[in-house]
Amino acid sequence: MSAEQELERLLDRCERIYGDVALEEVKAWKAAHPGRPAIGHLPVYVPREVIHAAGALPVALQGGGDQVDIVRGDACFQSYICHLPRSTVELGLQGELDLLEGLVFPSTCDVIRNLSGIWQLLFQGKYVRYLDLPQALNDTGGLFYLEDLEGLMNDVAARANQKPDKAAVAASIRLYNRNRRALQLLYELRAEAPQLVAADEAFLVARAGGQMEVSAHSDLVETFVSLARKRNRRKEDRIRVVAIGAFCEQPPLGLLRTLERSGCYVVDDDLNLGARWIQGDVEPGDFPLKALSKAYLVQSTWASVRFEDEQFRGDQLVARVKALRADGVIFAAPSFCDPALLDQPPLQKALTDANLPFISFKYAENTGQFQGFREQAGTFSDSLKLWGTT
Amino acid sequence: MSATRPTTSAQKDISMERQKAMLARHFQELSKVRETGRKVAYTFVPGNLTELISEAGMLGVYPEINALQSGMRQRSADFIHEAERLGHNEDVCTYVKCDIGMLTKGNIGPTGEKLPPPDLLLLSYTGCFTFMKWFELLRREYHCEIAMLHVPYAADGQPTEAMRQYIAKQLRNEVIPKFEKVSGKKLDLDSLAARLRRSALAEEDLSWVLESAKKKPSPIDAYFGAVYYVGPIFTAFRGGEDCIGYYRALRQEVKSRLEHGEGPVTPDGTLAKERFRLVVEGPPNWTHFRDFWKIFYEEGVVFVASTYTKVGGLYDRGFRHGAEKDPLLSLADYCLSCYTNLSLPARVDLLERYVREYAADGFIFNSIKSCKSFSAGQLVMLREVEKRTGIPGAFIESDLVDPRYYSQANIKNRVESYLQMLDQRRRA
Repeated sequence: MSAEQELERLLDRCERIYGDVALEEVKAWKAAHPGRPAIGHLPVYVPREVIHAAGALPVALQGGGDQVDIVRGDACFQSYICHLPRSTVELGLQGELDLLEGLVFPSTCDVIRNLSGIWQLLFQGKYVRYLDLPQALNDTGGLFYLEDLEGLMNDVAARANQKPDKAAVAASIRLYNRNRRALQLLYELRAEAPQLVAADEAFLVARAGGQMEVSAHSDLVETFVSLARKRNRRKEDRIRVVAIGAFCEQPPLGLLRTLERSGCYVVDDDLNLGARWIQGDVEPGDFPLKALSKAYLVQSTWASVRFEDEQFRGDQLVARVKALRADGVIFAAPSFCDPALLDQPPLQKALTDANLPFISFKYAENTGQFQGFREQAGTFSDSLKLWGTT
Repeated sequence: MSATRPTTSAQKDISMERQKAMLARHFQELSKVRETGRKVAYTFVPGNLTELISEAGMLGVYPEINALQSGMRQRSADFIHEAERLGHNEDVCTYVKCDIGMLTKGNIGPTGEKLPPPDLLLLSYTGCFTFMKWFELLRREYHCEIAMLHVPYAADGQPTEAMRQYIAKQLRNEVIPKFEKVSGKKLDLDSLAARLRRSALAEEDLSWVLESAKKKPSPIDAYFGAVYYVGPIFTAFRGGEDCIGYYRALRQEVKSRLEHGEGPVTPDGTLAKERFRLVVEGPPNWTHFRDFWKIFYEEGVVFVASTYTKVGGLYDRGFRHGAEKDPLLSLADYCLSCYTNLSLPARVDLLERYVREYAADGFIFNSIKSCKSFSAGQLVMLREVEKRTGIPGAFIESDLVDPRYYSQANIKNRVESYLQMLDQRRRA
């Protein structure tokens, strides 16, 4: 099998996982690991290491994308609520999430928070845990979070008939360190040679990890990166852009493909941000849960859902754009996403002050028409190529 | 046929005049901080630490209240437009946009005087994610100190001891030191504890007033009237003598109405006949407050309990400042128990209790486009309350301060249909 064929096979698998709302990958894992639970979690960030160490498979739930017809989910939400919770409820009511022994809802925003309550009301008896990530980014917050992590660990371990084990947490942290390094390599390759890794490919490869055993996913990412390096693809005359705002509800695959077809190379994004939330390795030490808590305080990426303590996000965005030699920024946020949309004016001001161009649009996970995006991104690309400005 | 006794001008409770004078004094003090040197803290209503602000000798400004007053004064549309012109999205909270627009246009407060900039942004992150984003935006404008108080969400219905200790520790280690730095005054915890005990006196009287709606006819409207009643206790006055006096007088006023068998005071006079007793979930619309209220009082509707009037404290369920001796734990208990910090099942429990305890004929959800903290999940809550009480509920939609999302005809139509249905059920 040639490298390109191998890549194609691998990407097919990732796309199958992306489109599989019935969670066949998870079913297969459960069949191979009798008695062990699968625990779902909502975006953005949940320390999957803890669920893994407790003997369960952490499963990232990212809505129904454009694969699910929403009927009952719409009856639970007004028109001005984003799309991800309605497709998640739809999947729950269809029974597609029955194989999960529980759900973890991180403190992403008011909607995800309230979704935890909807789950308590609609799926009584199911394990529901709200994970209150600390907004007090200091030792006090770290200690509170540590206790929260211990609670999560104990709950999941009880469901897996396991005893919470410090060594298991340390081992899981190491496995996830490897996974983060693999994803880092993927993103670095794309930034360095975006013709070798298309935006939708990076998205699919990273996202597959949401349903897979961590080691298997690390193998997959590493294989993809090494094969992609061997690709013989000519660099095209496109602009380099950073796409941000899609850290929770993810855009449809067609939208990502449209951006690149419109003359852009997406050299960085915040898709699948949870998997890349912690920057660098976590050193488990003698107290691995404490290490995870500390990592959240000092190694988190900048994100709209985390309190902006000292460093302005605008400065960090500008630094990132410059480091990546990007020509501009595309703000692509889901409609009605408060964290992303409330952040846009100051981020845009920071870009304007730094003389960096940008465009913005909104989408929903099930958006089906891409012509408008194509025209907007195409015009952005053309104007930058022709005149170096918008 | 109107259910009120006709009057020529808008009727007001006597207590409203008293409150107006208190507010005028407060805004006057705010306008003079340059001369007096008093420091200013901006903060939010849910989980507000008013006693701490007062104890530090500082003055509180409540951006939500400024926004709602801009809404009532028909200024919010301009402010929102201004914020949207600056790039703020149409999908986000209109309180935030109203505040940003007001700031851009000179930060003129409700009394027509310029509001002073904050020396401290006290970000009590209680039950609303947008609060955090809001003050992140304001910090860029004011470049002042910001104190973050992370109040954990009571997702499992009850706050835990770990949550209480977490809040108390943040207060001790982070929040109070910032207050001391800004005010230059060492905080006296004993004096704070005494202030909290004074708060409880007013809380006792407010609870009595709110519970008076259990009587038939109810002497108060626990939504449209009560948003005025909670004004002093939810904002800058709690813990002060003014506040105690206000609630004592309010209690007397309501007691007198009760003794005379009188209904609530509406803008068109005292409600003559109580036809429907309803419970309501969600904030009111402020841009058309009087028109919105009129839809109900014209039909003889009295709101006997509301959840919105609990965003600044669930006093009617027994919470009292100072009941816990440690003042920091008392403040923690307060923050954790505000309505906005309750889980959806806990909100459903409360609504169910209100329907039963207040002998309500029905209940209504006013779903606010801007406020996802309130709105997300309300349709599920509605069905759950219906299931538990056996009473059908109504669902209407509007916004806080964006007049573009208020439709009098639509709401009136829906409310009238709902009331007809309740009437039919009653006859059946």
